[in-house]
Amino acid sequence: MEQSANPTAASESMISLRDLRVSYGEREILHGVSFDVMRGENMVILGGSGSGKSTLLRTLVGLEKPSSGEIRLKGKNIAAISTAEMDEIRKKIGMSFQGGALFGSMTVGENVALPLREHTKLEDSTIKVILRLKLEQVGLSGFENYMPSQLSGGMKKRAAVARALAMDPEILFFDEPSAGLDPIIAAGVDQLILDLKQAFHMTIIVVTHELASAFLIADRMVLIDKGNVVAIGSTEELRASTHPRVRQFLDRIAEPEVAQELDYLQMLTEDDYRRGR
Amino acid sequence: MELAAQIGGSVTDGLAYLGALASLGSRAAYFTFIAPLKGKPLRFHRAVSQAMQVGVLALPILSLITFFIGLILALQSAYELRRFGALNYVASAVAISMTRELGPLITAIVVIGRSGSAFAAEIGTMKVTEEIDALETMAINPISFLVTPKFLAMIMMLPCLTIWANFMGILGGSVFGVAKADFTFPRYIQASLDALFLRDIVTGLIKAVMFGITVTAVGCHEGFATGGGAEQVGRSTTRAVVVSLFLVILVDLVFTALFYFLSPS
Repeated sequence: MEQSANPTAASESMISLRDLRVSYGEREILHGVSFDVMRGENMVILGGSGSGKSTLLRTLVGLEKPSSGEIRLKGKNIAAISTAEMDEIRKKIGMSFQGGALFGSMTVGENVALPLREHTKLEDSTIKVILRLKLEQVGLSGFENYMPSQLSGGMKKRAAVARALAMDPEILFFDEPSAGLDPIIAAGVDQLILDLKQAFHMTIIVVTHELASAFLIADRMVLIDKGNVVAIGSTEELRASTHPRVRQFLDRIAEPEVAQELDYLQMLTEDDYRRGR
Repeated sequence: MELAAQIGGSVTDGLAYLGALASLGSRAAYFTFIAPLKGKPLRFHRAVSQAMQVGVLALPILSLITFFIGLILALQSAYELRRFGALNYVASAVAISMTRELGPLITAIVVIGRSGSAFAAEIGTMKVTEEIDALETMAINPISFLVTPKFLAMIMMLPCLTIWANFMGILGGSVFGVAKADFTFPRYIQASLDALFLRDIVTGLIKAVMFGITVTAVGCHEGFATGGGAEQVGRSTTRAVVVSLFLVILVDLVFTALFYFLSPS
């Protein structure tokens, strides 16, 4: 496993994973993942289908429970806390889902305002001002009264980001932000992520398999393959890596043909660790 | 042996299902009664808009259906009563059957078709599009946000709808009563009211509330249990309707028997 040069002592670890294992029933998906994300950096989690990166993201925001190991968000181990404490942490993070996950029965404005209405005692007029601000930050000024079904894919993603930003989070998570978008719109989303980091010094975690976006927005990257961390480091370090799995992923080399469906599934999700058991 | 194992399995699955419903119901009850005391919102606004959907918008179809049911009841009872020259009892037959049984039951069936399916479809779709996950990551409890307003709406609306259904049924019966049973409209209504005891109406309303709770629990449970994809949402919606129909009849049986054994002899 490659490591980046030790980050400066002044940087604080916002997210810290130690030997994280996550299982769905009998099947273990993540086999002891460990890494840190520093305050203010853009960390891209790269990986192919079935690599476990989505499970990793879901566990980071508390949607899945680890079977063992530690996840520390700002020092607190979320693997072992109560729902109430987790809710307090969730008020300080934002997540943008793959399809946007906007609530279809509410307008864009109501979507963005929802966390504010639920968790703050702010006046309606104040909330209106904040939501206009958030929409402007993502380039959706004037769209408060549109329904999600009236928005294009790119606009839905922006609205989802605005909603994730509503409570001024310290950590922002993105699940496949460029998925399903044409290259120009995808570039717009990438730029938005860079702007957010620039303007707010947020810690941003992006899960993606789009290499171009990843190299553009990342400070550091971590490659997950079959539930293990295969490589971690700055974009230059990964680009220069000689690890075979890293090279295969970055150089887009196809997997060898497999005849049996079960073999293919096994190849995707298990590895020597499992076979050795 | 196979059959015994299958029956055993079905029984335990059924009990597990009821347990899941009870768990959902109790969590919704927590957010309705206890959480507000701890400062969490009651979401009355959402409950009111659900009540509009569940109750007010159901009135046209419910009125038509229960009007016809009342007329059917009158015709069926008259079929037998005329043998004894007792057609004047049609009014009371319709009134008692509606208030004790058919008013609550038919109302519940209409609500299952309209709202039970809608609840499952709404929540199921939200599950598939990750909206439920989004709620959780925003520290909003999905049960508090989605389920509790529906329970409140159903509990408020079902008794109201049932009273309306009872009235429409009696009205439907009056068509026969006036046309073929020598009643005038005022006398028919009077005969209906004379036949009713308060307990007839009250037992009907208690059943209505229990039906409402059942339909909401099943609809929401099936919604949350939806697998991935549009086809699964359709499955959940169908299951919600079918299981609700069965459980409503079961609840009906339990409470009808209960009221029978509790009634003064």
